[in-house]
Amino acid sequence: MPRSLKKGPYVEDKLMMRVQVAQETRSNRVIKTWSRRSTIVPEMVGLTLAVHNGRKFIPVFVSENMVGHKLGEFSPTRTFYGHAGDRKSRLKK
Amino acid sequence: MARIAGVDLPRNKRIEIGLTYIYGIGRSTSLEILDKLNINPDTKTDELTEAEINNIRKAIDDGYKVEGELRTAVSMNIKRLMDLGCYRGLRHRRGLPVHGQRTSTNARTRKGPRRAAVKKKGGPKKK
Repeated sequence: MPRSLKKGPYVEDKLMMRVQVAQETRSNRVIKTWSRRSTIVPEMVGLTLAVHNGRKFIPVFVSENMVGHKLGEFSPTRTFYGHAGDRKSRLKK
Repeated sequence: MARIAGVDLPRNKRIEIGLTYIYGIGRSTSLEILDKLNINPDTKTDELTEAEINNIRKAIDDGYKVEGELRTAVSMNIKRLMDLGCYRGLRHRRGLPVHGQRTSTNARTRKGPRRAAVKKKGGPKKK
């Protein structure tokens, strides 16, 4: 079930502050964040956010289409290189 | 024979069921349409008058996305997810289940027929 519209999208306050500052100053410094649960809102479009995946930060360039998704969706937490002897999928990476 | 949205409807079934042969129309949509047009859902497809068939055709054209159009829309949605590089897109790319189901066992619908685990030596050949 989706979140109630009354509440609006969830974005971590701290992250939102940093996004607004970045948009005002037009800086394109990468913003590091651990907040994978934050929704991507239109204000973030055009910024690059480094989203933590538990080990390192994955840079995510936010585009128009991503609005409404969560940040965590773009920073995979699992590494899977395929099974041993499984040539095809290993080539695909 | 009634032909709606490019699909031949089975002639000797009740129209409620007959309409579900169209991709994008199931039982509830079918009933909804017939209810709106005041057609008895129990009439056989053959017994419908030409006017009734035309009404149904019109109702579907105006209000519902069916067949090719719907198929394109669905595949566009999937394509959007894949191009975005989000988790759901990655699952689609790999042909694995998208909604967080387990894959250790089951998930055969998405993964297809079982493949032999590890082939003996002599060059690992696998599909």
